[in-house]
Amino acid sequence: MANVLELQSVRKAFGTEVVLNNLSLQVPEHTATVLIGASGSGKSTLLRCINLLETIDDGQILLDGQEITDPSIQVDDVRRKLGMVFQSFNLFPHKTVLENITLAPIKVQNKSADEAREIATKLLSRFDLADKSDQYPDRLSGGQQQRVAIIRSLAINPRLLLLDEITSALDPVLVNEVLSIVRDLKQDGMTMVLATHEMGFATQVADEVCFLESGNILERGSAEQVLKNPTNLKTQEFLKRVHQAGRL
Amino acid sequence: MSERNNSAWSPSSRELERRALRRKLSRKQAIIAAVSSVFVLGSLAVVLITSPGWEVVKATFFDIEYGKEVFPTVVKGLWINLQLTFFGGIAIGIIAMGLALLRTTKSPALTPFRFLATAYVDIFRGAPLILIILLVGFGVPALRLQGISSNVIVLGTIAVVLTYSAYVAEVIRSGILSIHPSQRAAARSLGLTSGQTMRFVVLPQALRRVVPPLLNDFVSLLKDTGLVSILGVTDAVRAAQINASRTFNYTPYVVAAILFLLITIPMTRYTDRAIRQRTQAQNSEGAI
Repeated sequence: MANVLELQSVRKAFGTEVVLNNLSLQVPEHTATVLIGASGSGKSTLLRCINLLETIDDGQILLDGQEITDPSIQVDDVRRKLGMVFQSFNLFPHKTVLENITLAPIKVQNKSADEAREIATKLLSRFDLADKSDQYPDRLSGGQQQRVAIIRSLAINPRLLLLDEITSALDPVLVNEVLSIVRDLKQDGMTMVLATHEMGFATQVADEVCFLESGNILERGSAEQVLKNPTNLKTQEFLKRVHQAGRL
Repeated sequence: MSERNNSAWSPSSRELERRALRRKLSRKQAIIAAVSSVFVLGSLAVVLITSPGWEVVKATFFDIEYGKEVFPTVVKGLWINLQLTFFGGIAIGIIAMGLALLRTTKSPALTPFRFLATAYVDIFRGAPLILIILLVGFGVPALRLQGISSNVIVLGTIAVVLTYSAYVAEVIRSGILSIHPSQRAAARSLGLTSGQTMRFVVLPQALRRVVPPLLNDFVSLLKDTGLVSILGVTDAVRAAQINASRTFNYTPYVVAAILFLLITIPMTRYTDRAIRQRTQAQNSEGAI
């Protein structure tokens, strides 16, 4: 299987603080790579670097074999191929659910308003949100908002979906309605990189789990390997803490 | 949310007691408000009317007959103020938006313009409006340039526009800066260019947020158009002044003041209401 995404020795520092250190990663097509690790371990920064929201200090990032960290590349063209969902939803509060979803298809992909609406309506009904299409985001529950945010990023038909702790701002009851969408997408064969604290969910969807600690991937492998039988001491320690917090 | 069946419910006796008490309390508050209003406003009226100079003040400031007589000239002057506000307001909106966008862009090609925009805002926000009016009103015609108008109304408007564009640009810029970077990140990650992000995501939210301060500037623009009278434009203030100095009766000033208030107060109320309705529709805490 061809790699959709490949990171080669990526380094990123904010000032003197090294956030990603010589980090390499391959994400084959139709697979889900799950990043776990404590807050500040570099998960979000890694996703933001892939999306070119941050500029890396060294190494390369390749999308479908093309280097996207080349300074001469059209950043907007790259982002069109990537969907990103944020921890804090980041829906546009002045636009309705439908307008949130159709903005990029209309303005970026130059689709007609009708075509964009059709795509949005289809996605909304698929994920049980058809009746919310004319609501403003602030009228929705957190779980509904995050589902809309996922749909918004799906509407541009991305090659790769980046999910940054998408359930961290939700109460436990709402977490599942969001995660079930991701499970569906995984079934559809969507290629994904996701950062999460939901270990049970990671076990269900991950083809590969990477444990990050101060900018390095300390341990990687199948969910079974990393989450059930970790060999690295730091991974064991981290999982123990997660377990104590009741999240395993 | 699902509809909940409400027909089977009738308020409990405790709830009925609470409602009765609430009614009683609000009646009491209404009485207190009425008594205190009558007392405060009544005392002010008494102080005013019983003051030793009241008769003279009444004759020179509140002469209804003279007020009626000068009313048409003052209204005619006010029409100048309104025109100035209207055309000036449009020009200010366009220039201020340009300045605000220039000052918030990071595009390297626009660096010199960004610098110029900053200098412009510094100068025109810092200099008194009346000086700018005098400099433009008397300085520009002195240049004797071909094709430059020497109409004092046009020159006065230009001076007001120069100054207010700087104020309004800063208000808009502060609105743009108040939008959380996560909104920009979300828009950019969908593939929108920085221009599209500004136009479809940042600006609509920013402008809604700055409507109250913009309205404030609009009201003071309407009032400050009166300053062009120093160039010899017969606006409402100037018309009132002419009539007042002719007779030493100051009623025209009061007439002009009332006319200004008749415009600004309803405008403020209307805008407040429009903002409130918008906010309720979106239920957005960030909207104002």
